[in-house]
Amino acid sequence: MANHDHTLDSHDAHAHGEGMGVKRIWQVFGILLFITAIEFLVALGFVHHWHIVEKGAALYAFYVVLTLIKAYYIVAFFMHLKFEKKSFIICCSIVFIFIIYFIVLMLIEGNFLLTHFQEHPVYPNK
Amino acid sequence: MDSLSKLDEVKTTPWSGGREPWSIEYGKIMMWFFLVSDAFTFSSFLIYYGAQKFAQPTWIDADKIFQSIPGIADHGQPLVFVGIMTFILIMSSVTMVLAVEAGHRNSKKEVVKWMIWTILGGMAFVGCQALEWTHLHHLGFWFGTNPATGLTDPAAISAKLQPYFTNDISYTAALQFSNLFFTITGFHGFHVTVGIILNIIILFMVLNNTFEKRGTYLMIEKVGLYWHFVDLVWVFVFTFFYLI
Repeated sequence: MANHDHTLDSHDAHAHGEGMGVKRIWQVFGILLFITAIEFLVALGFVHHWHIVEKGAALYAFYVVLTLIKAYYIVAFFMHLKFEKKSFIICCSIVFIFIIYFIVLMLIEGNFLLTHFQEHPVYPNK
Repeated sequence: MDSLSKLDEVKTTPWSGGREPWSIEYGKIMMWFFLVSDAFTFSSFLIYYGAQKFAQPTWIDADKIFQSIPGIADHGQPLVFVGIMTFILIMSSVTMVLAVEAGHRNSKKEVVKWMIWTILGGMAFVGCQALEWTHLHHLGFWFGTNPATGLTDPAAISAKLQPYFTNDISYTAALQFSNLFFTITGFHGFHVTVGIILNIIILFMVLNNTFEKRGTYLMIEKVGLYWHFVDLVWVFVFTFFYLI
């Protein structure tokens, strides 16, 4: 048992040694902050104040891509998943195929409801 | 003879037994599996939000509803307050990793310092969320209600909801937005609150020298995983409620 604990500790210490030092932590923080700053620059500046960019599918896709990049950095570095064994990484991430399928499914369904079952009043915005 | 001896050969691949193929402690694996299932719950909530948005001919404009900075401006400042909240949560995620990192060096003093910062960050976030909820509640948004609830005259409904829409106005869309906003940010806020409680328990265990005696600060890492997950969920909530 003592021996078993030892191998565990040494693995973690090793993975951390090459993965997440204090310098790396602040680097990842910098990246997250930078991406968030871009989101605000676009949302507040380009869209809201200066009206350079119109709201629409392209802008939303841009936000979603930035969000996924942020999610990657949080999971890979802060949650340390990048430094785990490959089979564990696959085990924890492959299930999200179902979520992607669910997104496609529900958005198609929502769109169908919009055109076929719309019975709530909508008032024009003058 | 040859093939028989091959059968007796001891296999040494990670999955042939006698060792831990992932070399991760059991509790940590279970925390990961819990978080994967929790991610499914949050995904379902957000996917339903998306489905509703697709099913409604019009939707509330986030820039128009989230306009206040409590204590500073009542309206006219879209996204600023949520920006502060996002910064607080990312910051508390960083202090959590720093606590984990200090735990790897068995530095009790630093673990305590970073845990306290993380707890303060979490409390600040929940406090901000409470202020935002209060503001929206004052406007008339709540579970099952929106500012026009109780009105029957179409002109009155449309006038009451006009400030929150850029496109066409719909009572149903405003109601669905209200329900989903309070449900999803509420569920997230509940997670943050649980995280704060876990962090406080862990802090006392650190002060009590529990992990010092155990010889490993692995527990900090497990709670840290949960805390980062909460931050991760906020990244998505922020995008889908406040940006899009």
